[in-house]
Amino acid sequence: MSILSVISKVFVQNGLVFSFMLIGIITLITYKISALTKGKIHGSAIAIFAGLVLAYIGGASTGGSKGLASIPLFAGVGMMGGGMFRDFAIVSTAFGADLREIKKCGMVGVVSLLLGVLSSFIVGCVMAYFMGYPDVVSMVTIGAGVCTFVVGPVTGAALGASSDVIAISIAAGVVKSVAVMILTPLVKDVVGLYTPKSAMIFGGLMGTSSGTAAGLAAVDPKLVPYGAMTATFYTGTGCLLCPSVLYLAVKAIMG
Amino acid sequence: MAIYGVALLAACYIVGIVLGDLFGVAVGVKANVGGVGFAMLFLILLSNHGIDHGWLDKKAQDGIAFWSAMYIPIVVAMSSIQNVVAALKGGPLAIGSGLVGVAVAFAFIPIIARFSDAEKDEVK
Repeated sequence: MSILSVISKVFVQNGLVFSFMLIGIITLITYKISALTKGKIHGSAIAIFAGLVLAYIGGASTGGSKGLASIPLFAGVGMMGGGMFRDFAIVSTAFGADLREIKKCGMVGVVSLLLGVLSSFIVGCVMAYFMGYPDVVSMVTIGAGVCTFVVGPVTGAALGASSDVIAISIAAGVVKSVAVMILTPLVKDVVGLYTPKSAMIFGGLMGTSSGTAAGLAAVDPKLVPYGAMTATFYTGTGCLLCPSVLYLAVKAIMG
Repeated sequence: MAIYGVALLAACYIVGIVLGDLFGVAVGVKANVGGVGFAMLFLILLSNHGIDHGWLDKKAQDGIAFWSAMYIPIVVAMSSIQNVVAALKGGPLAIGSGLVGVAVAFAFIPIIARFSDAEKDEVK
């Protein structure tokens, strides 16, 4: 057995530990790049963007759906970046969060949650209508997909949408989550994303847990728990409203 | 010991996720409704209680703080396993509706923030 295959076997068998090393190296490089820009672009924003580029390379070179983790050598990154560790780490950020801040904007959180689901849904429906999917089930499924890539397929399955429509709804949700990751640090000044309250509004409006988490981490890690707090209710709210009330509403409007 | 903090965090996480799943079943939704949010709420309440009453010492707090510091690296790992290829290949409808959806949501942030500020001023 050659040295190379021994090494790659060790990497694969110890995937999670290997991914700690790998992500550490990526972080080191991207924070050095951030220092070159004199901190104008935050290191975490560059690191997250680098992650997305690696995800593209991994997906494009293997045809797999799990980004970098599609390459067997890097499968351990899939565990480190998977739902369990993500949610565990998100919960840990609540340590040190101020309960008074959260109480203060409870109502605003609910309003932004409903507006977030509704606005994404309407955008998806209208665009589906004008871009070749004018039937009610397809419109609602794609509208639900713009909410998040979980709400889309859940709604589509409930309403009996075709598989290509469900695929579009998932893709729309993924585009949204990637766009939130990239755009949030760029528009933070325009929309005034500085306070715990604005972070809670942001989480409620965007809804994508991964997008919200990465976007806020790139702006100010202190804001993460507040945004994550509201975003966690978004997918559930979307799954609740889209196949029921919102479907009936669209059906009534379309006749 | 550090493991006490990690165990507290894990307990909050598990109980929160179970509640979220049960809540989802109760409202007839095939998803976890607010599980992470419940877990965060428990952690805030319990860690504050523990610090105030002395049963959560510095070492145990460090156990929680470690995971909170690992948050951004985990997010970097998470971004590297997104299906970016599918997002770009999803065609103009998927890309267009995803982007417009985000733009509309961003536009609402300052509007809701201002609205809620005005509301508070009236109360005063």
